[in-house]
Amino acid sequence: MEVFVVSLLNGLVYGMLLFMLASGLTLILSMMGVLNFAHASAYMLGAYFAYTISVHIGFWPALVIAPLLCGLIGAAIEMWGLRRVHRNGHIAELLFTFGLALIIEKVVQMTWGLLPVPYRVPELLDFPLFRIYGTQFPAYRAFMLAISALMFGAIWLGLTRTRVGLVIQAALTHPDMASALGHNVPRIFTLVFAAGTALAGLAGVIGGNYQVTEPAMAFTMGPIVFVVVVFGGLGSLTGCFIASILMGLIQTFAVVFDVSLADLLAKFGFTVTSSTPFAEVLNVTLPRVGALLPFLLLVLILVFRPRGLMGTRDT
Amino acid sequence: MMLEVRDLHAFYGKSHILQGVDLSVAEGEIVSLLGRNGVGRSTVCKTIIGLVPPVGRIDFKGRSIAGLRPDQIAHVGIGYVPEDRQVFPGLTVKQNLELGLKRAGATGSWTFEDVFSLFPNLAKRQDNPAGVLSGGEQQMLTMCRTLMGDPDLIIIDEPTEGLAPKLVEQVGTLLDEIARRGTAILLVEQKLTIALRISRRLYVMGHGRIVFEGTPAALADNGRIRKEWLEV
Repeated sequence: MEVFVVSLLNGLVYGMLLFMLASGLTLILSMMGVLNFAHASAYMLGAYFAYTISVHIGFWPALVIAPLLCGLIGAAIEMWGLRRVHRNGHIAELLFTFGLALIIEKVVQMTWGLLPVPYRVPELLDFPLFRIYGTQFPAYRAFMLAISALMFGAIWLGLTRTRVGLVIQAALTHPDMASALGHNVPRIFTLVFAAGTALAGLAGVIGGNYQVTEPAMAFTMGPIVFVVVVFGGLGSLTGCFIASILMGLIQTFAVVFDVSLADLLAKFGFTVTSSTPFAEVLNVTLPRVGALLPFLLLVLILVFRPRGLMGTRDT
Repeated sequence: MMLEVRDLHAFYGKSHILQGVDLSVAEGEIVSLLGRNGVGRSTVCKTIIGLVPPVGRIDFKGRSIAGLRPDQIAHVGIGYVPEDRQVFPGLTVKQNLELGLKRAGATGSWTFEDVFSLFPNLAKRQDNPAGVLSGGEQQMLTMCRTLMGDPDLIIIDEPTEGLAPKLVEQVGTLLDEIARRGTAILLVEQKLTIALRISRRLYVMGHGRIVFEGTPAALADNGRIRKEWLEV
């Protein structure tokens, strides 16, 4: 029970972090058709910016400045890069963002080095918030949950209660019609791209010290975020939210249950020994398969439900 | 002339779709563009409003609009209703209409009350998602959404396609109301009945160019054009 509650909380924290990354990516992908490989790079940049800023002026200013910097970079990439590449089709866009992701990785390595940087949880939040069944729950994780929930609320309100939000929703389904009605759709694209990148940056700020801030963090996080987006379905923030939480929970729970198929078979009175056929496979434990599960789900959902959980479009 | 199109060409990739189209619409005038499917009528609309890059001259109220973005063209006063209705399915009927406004809260000569009194069905369903409306209701909604932006000229592409006769009549009523308020209409149609009844002038298109221009009476007299370019 204790393992269950703690894992549930940790899964939620990780899931919300995934959502912060995936929500921006899903908006960009549904609206502009751009599969942005560099999205997780903004997550990494957010973490590194936050590290540098917090060394000089502290964590709290970093919480605001780092995402803003990422947003500005995103706006510049959209206006001066993607928009030109867009005319040459999706493959060109894909390669462009892939190239960007590699460039950002190298730049990060050159600037901050190959080793992880000591980006730490701020002292103010570095204490156990409460104990359940003898296990501590750090205050910082609660803070991460709170920030993500606030963000989710803000996005939702922004999209449903403001005029810009309405135009974004309209441009999600019929961008040409929205522009024929007099809405500056290219500007909306820039705004969404910048906001999505800023969100990824924010995820980096609060996730970089929870996990590890190192040059490979973009390429470890990127694929999982893609899985979330495809799994949740294009054009649906709700689907994206559910998929994020689900992936967060699956990955967290997979790590804690140290069981294998052999253990399962043992319950039915069948003992696996080294001479049993496929003993190696049967002895693989769940934590070792954990990293594989999201991709397994990706493959399954593409075969059985290509639209994703709640997708509104087929593309 | 309010809208003046001269020697207009348009291309989709390498296909030469419009091959020198000339047409004009005066203030408050109702003009129809007729022709069979695939001759390029919808491309004329999309090129005028900037969704397809134009080659040639397009002047509106004495100012060149060729090469402007669709949203800029909307702001100079041209409204567009596409043939495939493109309602924003997840948004409510009311929100769809709000998006027709050029600025928040800035209704012009068309107000929510106008729309709702003309189409009580839309009033009843104003808080429902537009995606669940019937085809006819969606058609009225798209037309009204564009009217909310208070255009001086409205380009309407095949508003009666796929509608039951009773709904075709409703479209006719709305067209009459638009004309009564002095808004110019460029109507793209395949059905002759409505076009002949309401238009002051007609153009017939065939294979990327205009093959006939004249009054409804002249078209009624010209059996050759009707037979060659319109009748199936």
